Amino acid sequence: MKIDVRKEDGKKWFILDGRLDTTAAPQLGSVLEEELKDDVKEVVIDMDRCGYVASSGLRVILQAQKSMNRVGGSMVVKNVNETVMEVFEMTGFSSILTIE
Amino acid sequence: MINRQLKTPARLSQLEEVLAFLEQVLEECGCPMKVVTQICVSVEEIFVNVANYAYPDDVGECVLDMEVTPVGTNQKGRAQICISDDGKPFDPLAKSDPDITLTAEERNIGGLGIWMVKQSMDHVEYEYVNHQNKLTLVKTW
Repeated sequence: MKIDVRKEDGKKWFILDGRLDTTAAPQLGSVLEEELKDDVKEVVIDMDRCGYVASSGLRVILQAQKSMNRVGGSMVVKNVNETVMEVFEMTGFSSILTIE
Repeated sequence: MINRQLKTPARLSQLEEVLAFLEQVLEECGCPMKVVTQICVSVEEIFVNVANYAYPDDVGECVLDMEVTPVGTNQKGRAQICISDDGKPFDPLAKSDPDITLTAEERNIGGLGIWMVKQSMDHVEYEYVNHQNKLTLVKTW
């Protein structure tokens, strides 16, 4: 998976490209951990080019949501396709995450 | 009907190969993209379980048997995938379902994968026969 990190209007964007499968999940996990260290309050996860999420990927997204909750920040998941939206719905993640 | 088989070492590093195999066979049969993804995610969850737990002491083998019927006149498309290993007997379906109504803070990390498999496939079945774990998934479209 290709992960592009950008900073725009004080928000940190994580632009995912490829499958968020069991191989990619730890990769995204360490990028998030590294990037969310310093006082980041607003995070955007852009899934426009990621139409595949396995449970290992969900765990990493949950971890990021939890760490944003801890610092009183916000996290938005954007451009979710129908297949991934169904995964979020069937796992109850649609009520945990802010999906736009 | 198309029958295909893949034998591969039960290792996480083989996941790419497993997914490429599934995609190729399913696309050949005209399976819609969304269903391809649902099947790939489901097989991934099972394969990862096998890779992580079936063979604690060495690397064993995992076998995927696919039986796919493309959409025909008066006939739905159907894929049946059997994932087998001869490692430790383990029924992944026996685990209790996760509570999906919990908040982020209350969530723990287990159980979601099998839950996703159960939700997105039409039929899921486990059996232990001839010293083999066999997990069969069926999906129609």
